[in-house]
Amino acid sequence: MKVGLLALQGDFAAHGKALARLGCGGVEVRRPDQLSGLGGLIVPGGESTALLKLIAEGGMDRAIQEFGERGGAIFGTCAGLIILAREVRHPAQPGLGLIDVGVERNAYGRQRESFEQAISVPALGNDPFPGIFIRAPKIVRLGPEVEALATVGSDCVLARQGRILVATFHPELTPDGRLHARFLEMVRAGA
Amino acid sequence: METGTLRLKTGLAEMLKGGVIMDVTTAEQAKISEDAGAVAVMALERVPADIRAGGGVARMADPKKIVEIMEMVSIPVMAKVRIGHFVEAQILEALGVDYIDESEVLTPADEHNHIDKFAFKVPFVCGARDLGEALRRIGEGAALIRTKGEAGSGNVAEAVRHMRLVLRSMKELTILSPEELMTKAKEMGAPYALVKLVAETGSLPVPNFAAGGIATPADAALMMQLGAESVFVGSGIFKSEDPAPRARAIVQATTHYREPDVLARVSEGLGEPMPGIDLTRLEEKELLQIRGV
Repeated sequence: MKVGLLALQGDFAAHGKALARLGCGGVEVRRPDQLSGLGGLIVPGGESTALLKLIAEGGMDRAIQEFGERGGAIFGTCAGLIILAREVRHPAQPGLGLIDVGVERNAYGRQRESFEQAISVPALGNDPFPGIFIRAPKIVRLGPEVEALATVGSDCVLARQGRILVATFHPELTPDGRLHARFLEMVRAGA
Repeated sequence: METGTLRLKTGLAEMLKGGVIMDVTTAEQAKISEDAGAVAVMALERVPADIRAGGGVARMADPKKIVEIMEMVSIPVMAKVRIGHFVEAQILEALGVDYIDESEVLTPADEHNHIDKFAFKVPFVCGARDLGEALRRIGEGAALIRTKGEAGSGNVAEAVRHMRLVLRSMKELTILSPEELMTKAKEMGAPYALVKLVAETGSLPVPNFAAGGIATPADAALMMQLGAESVFVGSGIFKSEDPAPRARAIVQATTHYREPDVLARVSEGLGEPMPGIDLTRLEEKELLQIRGV
């Protein structure tokens, strides 16, 4: 089962390396037709304002929505989460509405407030997961169908709704492959 | 909880990959850049072409102007300090700037030493003309390397030279035997541990972007095809005839850098680019790239 990497901007290459360590070759996706035949798609970290413009230019926004509606599994990290969310604020911008959450951008502050913190993710076992939060967003509203998989303080940082998985941090920048492995299980489960 | 780690510093540069970072001198230009799809803006007093034309000492921008730019846009804001001027860097860190460029475009404050960049929580980008220079800057704590090129020239030739040289030198290191690496490190004037790391991995331990003379969508795509992971555009946008369409076109070209049909379409009808300089007509002392090696 092939997994696409949205390769318009951002750290898609880091996601590709994370998949490769699990024995899965990622396919770079820059045009809507490149989504056909894929079981999953990763929307990487990057700058969400730039990514939004790039996905709108070539009709990729609609193509990703259709991919999700057809049952494709999607994993969004940081900016990827912002792209997939239903509402986005600070400042307000459109989202694809594929996961029923509200997101606040740059919610912890600027780069000097970026932080690393170990996160407890019960679904991945007892070992904490290395959380890398870079100018990170916060999930400020969780829809009734959305399951919170991890929290930092009172904030949900990892969530899932059906075949959509989102994180406010960057698992792709760590050697810990457990979240990518979990996403690949989601991809296979839909095949 | 930890802040200011190297992983967070290089991590922000990872987020900027495949994007365009644009030089701006006003909040209005910053907004135009963000609307065009820039991944970050670089706040400065004058663009390099004007610094070159105006002469005198070029310094960090007025903090008031930098704050206006930070308030205007939601993308990361970078700003430049003079080489070795760690107090300008302290000021930018206090303002909350997201990345500091210790830049040869400004007049160096220290003829011999660069800033100890490990002393800061905010990440630094530095220019380099060759691999030794890149590894010296990384040894001092830089989290991102860019080619120096020749800023404000509108001529991409020097950026091409610097990118090719860095990449070729990395390939050369990978074929040396372990006992040759110390001598190579000595010749390059680079830290042995970093020379050894590059010999093992074939790449820099931090992202590698292009800068210096990029003025057209084709220039941006050229640097990306050569191996740059993102591009900085300095004078190329706001010294051109019609900045907004050119900014959008350079963003598209950087994303679709391997698709000539897209490059042809976005390059159409952009008006006059910035006037360029024939670099062979510049004297050695007029070059910005020889500062702070």
